[in-house]
Amino acid sequence: MNLVCERFGMTILDIQQLSVAKPDSGRLGTVGAEAKHMLVDEVTCSVDAGEVLAVIGPNGAGKSTLIKALSGDLEYSGTATIQGLADTPVLRARQLAVLPQLSLLNFPYRVSEVVHLARIPHSTGRQRDDEIIDEVLELMDIGFLKNRLYTELSGGEKQRVQLARVLAQIWNAGDAPNGARLLLLDEPTTALDLGHQRDLMRAIQTFARQGVAVVMVLHDINLAARYADSMLALLCSQQIACGTVSEVVTEANIERLFGLKAEVIPHPQAGTPVVIGW
Amino acid sequence: MTAPGHKIEEADPFARRTRIVALTLVALPASFLVALSFGTVPIAFSDVVLALFGGGDTSHSQLVVEQIRLPRALLAALVGALLGICGATTQGLFRNPLADPSLIGVTAGAAAGAAMMIFFAGNLSSLEGFFGLGLISSGAFVGGILTVLLVYSLATNQSGTSVSTMLLAGIAITAIAGGLTSLIEFFANNEMLRRISLWRMGGLEGANYQRVAVAASFAIIICTVLPRFSNALNALLLGESEARHLGVSVQRTKVMMVILVAAGVATSVALAGAIAFVGLIVPHIIRLMIGPDHRYLLPMSALGGAILLLLADATARALFAPIELPVGLVTALLGAPFFISLLRHRHEFGM
Repeated sequence: MNLVCERFGMTILDIQQLSVAKPDSGRLGTVGAEAKHMLVDEVTCSVDAGEVLAVIGPNGAGKSTLIKALSGDLEYSGTATIQGLADTPVLRARQLAVLPQLSLLNFPYRVSEVVHLARIPHSTGRQRDDEIIDEVLELMDIGFLKNRLYTELSGGEKQRVQLARVLAQIWNAGDAPNGARLLLLDEPTTALDLGHQRDLMRAIQTFARQGVAVVMVLHDINLAARYADSMLALLCSQQIACGTVSEVVTEANIERLFGLKAEVIPHPQAGTPVVIGW
Repeated sequence: MTAPGHKIEEADPFARRTRIVALTLVALPASFLVALSFGTVPIAFSDVVLALFGGGDTSHSQLVVEQIRLPRALLAALVGALLGICGATTQGLFRNPLADPSLIGVTAGAAAGAAMMIFFAGNLSSLEGFFGLGLISSGAFVGGILTVLLVYSLATNQSGTSVSTMLLAGIAITAIAGGLTSLIEFFANNEMLRRISLWRMGGLEGANYQRVAVAASFAIIICTVLPRFSNALNALLLGESEARHLGVSVQRTKVMMVILVAAGVATSVALAGAIAFVGLIVPHIIRLMIGPDHRYLLPMSALGGAILLLLADATARALFAPIELPVGLVTALLGAPFFISLLRHRHEFGM
């Protein structure tokens, strides 16, 4: 993998006033005080190539809905422009990979087979695909799981395998039409222990630095503050802050988001903000 | 959990798959030979081979093989292949290893169609001979297809087809079709009743080359088109939106799968009655042995279905000869225990 440095600074994802209405709001419209129920209300934000954007906020704020809208699973109003997005589903799959919050897979694939599914939209050949799978498994540090059955893995291992799968899907800039790649991750760290959370965030950061734009939903503010380049904070469907980590992670914002009087101090080494909640 | 003492990892986890594919390819002609040899009059394997490849004389055994056993064995293999591959597809589509092609209502609909034909055509006393059999088969085919269309349209709205709604609609429509069949049975006379219930047990005694030709044309189409969707089915096991994110046209895949499975199962039910269990256990057994990759699972399920039905029919003919059991009874009575033993020993298969 060669670094695509010239792509840095190029905006991959540009979101302008993106809103998602609740599917039923038309039918129930007469009763409620507000005419329409919005799941995501006018979010405006952008992500550059090589940049990691963390989406934070309390439960039910609309984080996952935003990811679903960006991945094309939900209809939305406003615009979400993905740089040079191809027209056909197969070509699009070479640019845009999505990790959902929950995995339904309950068939006994081997781990290598699960990761191999990511190569369905590609036609790079068996040999190249095998190489990519080995590289991804190495990056995710799960090479030892390669021949294990997916159904026998622990929750955290499954999550790492699924992440390996979506990384393998957009592994090469050369495979994507015009080289622009976007990775959407919905809570990739929930089932992981402390050490693996850090490893996974580092892996994602390394991957992003190849010129991939990454949008990820995270619950752990400190993890997000340490490894993300920018942040988007959602509260009750609305964007309350968007910008650099130190702009978003402030005592005022944390209190507003989570109703928590917390202290924000700088990280002793990195200088990034750290939230001390209790 | 692996029991202590078991070897945990093979050097190449897919080496077993290659071995099993090779073994199955050998087992198919072998079971074909068995099916031609077993029966009321046992015929030695050597005579079967002679009869097949022209021993020269028009002996008794050659006549039996050519006129009776060969079309029957061919029909058994084709119906088994259809049920096997359709079962594997259904399980992939529903993301449920316990799904059966009859879940989408096709078997119950076909049974209702056949019962209706037996009832109404029976009144016309035109049931004898090939025409009557053809009429029942057509009734079953139409009944099966209509039921699936109904189930499919119930589960489809502008946002696409919901697989879980299809499952529930299939159960509801199956119940309605079952009720309809029971209603017909209630008003049917004894002769019709026996005919209906025998038909429902499934049997291959009506085999002839005409039926083989019908089964073969459907089997060829279905067994060549379905494997083209192997990758789509593989991706669908991850979930529908995951498959969409991998560039799979999910709705198109679902429509094609439903059409092909409905046609395949309706054909098999029309030609051989409701043969229980093959569509459920064959893909399951194959998956236990070689894993869920549809690129292997689909063709192997077709082969496995053919082998199972050939052997089951040979057993059905030989067990109480000269009485022939309905093959559906054998698949249920022998297939189920085999399946259970496989489940209990599945760890030896690395599952």
